Amino acid sequence: MKKPRHSIAFWAGVAVFLVAVLAMTQVVRNEYPFFAGYVILQFIALAVAWSILGGYAGYVNFGTNAFFGVGVYTAVALVKATGAPLVVQIAAAAVVGMMLGFGVGLLTLRMRGIFFSIATIALAIIIETVVMNWRFVGGAAGIQIQRPPVMAPFDSYVKMLFFVQAVLAVTAVAIARYIQNSKIGRGLQALRDDELAAECTGVPTLKLKLVACMISGGLISAAGAPAAMYLQYADPSSAFNLSYSVSALAMALIGGTAHWIGPVLGAILLGSTQQLLAVTISSEVNVLVLGIMLVLFVVGAPKGIIGLLRPRYRLRAGGKP
Amino acid sequence: MDLLLGAVLLGVLLGCFYAAVSVGLSVSFGLLDVPHVAHPAFLVLASYGVYQLNESYDIDPLLAGLAITPLFFLFGLIAYRVYYETFERRGSDAAVRGIAFFFGIAFIIEVLIILQFGVDQRSVSATYIGKSWRFGEFRIPIRQLVAFAVALTLTALLAIYLSKTFMGRAIRAVAQDEEALRLMGANPVRIKQFAFGIATAVLGIAGALLIIVAPVEPTLDRAYIGRTFCVVVMAGLGSISGTLIAAVILGVAESIVLTMFGASWAPAISFAMLLAVLAVRPQGLLGR
Repeated sequence: MKKPRHSIAFWAGVAVFLVAVLAMTQVVRNEYPFFAGYVILQFIALAVAWSILGGYAGYVNFGTNAFFGVGVYTAVALVKATGAPLVVQIAAAAVVGMMLGFGVGLLTLRMRGIFFSIATIALAIIIETVVMNWRFVGGAAGIQIQRPPVMAPFDSYVKMLFFVQAVLAVTAVAIARYIQNSKIGRGLQALRDDELAAECTGVPTLKLKLVACMISGGLISAAGAPAAMYLQYADPSSAFNLSYSVSALAMALIGGTAHWIGPVLGAILLGSTQQLLAVTISSEVNVLVLGIMLVLFVVGAPKGIIGLLRPRYRLRAGGKP
Repeated sequence: MDLLLGAVLLGVLLGCFYAAVSVGLSVSFGLLDVPHVAHPAFLVLASYGVYQLNESYDIDPLLAGLAITPLFFLFGLIAYRVYYETFERRGSDAAVRGIAFFFGIAFIIEVLIILQFGVDQRSVSATYIGKSWRFGEFRIPIRQLVAFAVALTLTALLAIYLSKTFMGRAIRAVAQDEEALRLMGANPVRIKQFAFGIATAVLGIAGALLIIVAPVEPTLDRAYIGRTFCVVVMAGLGSISGTLIAAVILGVAESIVLTMFGASWAPAISFAMLLAVLAVRPQGLLGR
């Protein structure tokens, strides 16, 4: 299934991308592109991570905001308690996100369709309520975060965060790509098409779903960890904002979930449109555009952008790269 | 002790109101199996319609709710037609995209309300809002009593409609066995479309109750996703009497937690109960 030629091209592309990002932080003076770029990279990570469970396995997770918020607050709690560096915050957020994914999976993955989706919203709201009542991290009022001094090759903290988020996005894409081509991915696609049939032919469906939920959750939490440093502030209602869920879901479905490139395309397209609109019109219009695009695509182009670009995906979901 | 008794009493009133906002979902999701996540968004939209009529023409909120009912019936017909043509008829993958479809609709409604009315809370004026009655030591706001009475009437009327009238029985029949109905020469899709229209039309009145009970804001639907789905799932899908019982249980639970632990825990109660029900007894209290 896996073709080495494609792998070489992929990793060369990754290397070129990261070098370009690093060069950009050294050359470009204006900080605005980094602020905007950070958000787009964050959406790429979220949409790709969402699609591991939502796209490959067909379990529509509305709780992206729960994992994102948990990532944010893992970082906040660590900074407040020990002043740990960014790398440690991200690693801890990934671990906590995976553990949460395991717990959420055990509790909800036996539910099908709408029940699973509603259960994930429920968990998000319950976790948000707990954080709101947690004094140590500022409760409902939120908490201010001081950025530590910036590290060597970068001359501003935002540029460094931009590079870090680029690494996280690439990691998410590489993992999603690996899963898609591996036995796990084929198992997930089999259970997505017909869970009972997959179970009967010996696919360990619950185990695969749990693995997908853990990886997806860990990646979303990791992508959320730098958000507190980016905003220099964290509060429960923005960290657990439902718009993270709708964005991740919409970007993945609009791009197409049959291939890892779909969520990337969706996130770049919608993320940059939103950045433009946020500057020129308003943030409400952003959400409106997102919602309308989501509805139009699920009605008119069920396989997303990649389905429009490559007609063979219309015939068969989960084709080869 | 008196505090607890007062909480239970208010909880029962609140519960009947929850029944009124949930019965529509009990039909659309419980009977028709449509993953209607946008139900609470339509509810909040109805409240804003009532607000607009009350504000511009000084119409009583309940009358305003009744006035927008036909419009909501029409919304329901259109929404089901789109859902059926794009998801149910095509079959494969319908669940995933159907949920995303209604989720998207909910977000569009939310933003349109924000663009039109802003993010501030809105409330209506009527003679019965702002006053309260004293029963011994308890004070009960009259707005709660009005909402209670109307909610109970609405739920009862819908229950009678579904069990006694020809169309109501047809709706329950289509929920039980669509194929059998098709073989008897009826058109199940038209019956389901009509049922979805009814389920949405009920929201006209329910939306009026929502804004009578408390001021509304555009993102209020998020809290009601938990409440309405909690009630419908706990009731046992599609059971109207179960809806009333489940709603009262939720209302009393919320009211007691509010009195004992404070308002900051309130949003999580309905969701926690929903998870508990899904984990322990997914078929609900009166499962079909």
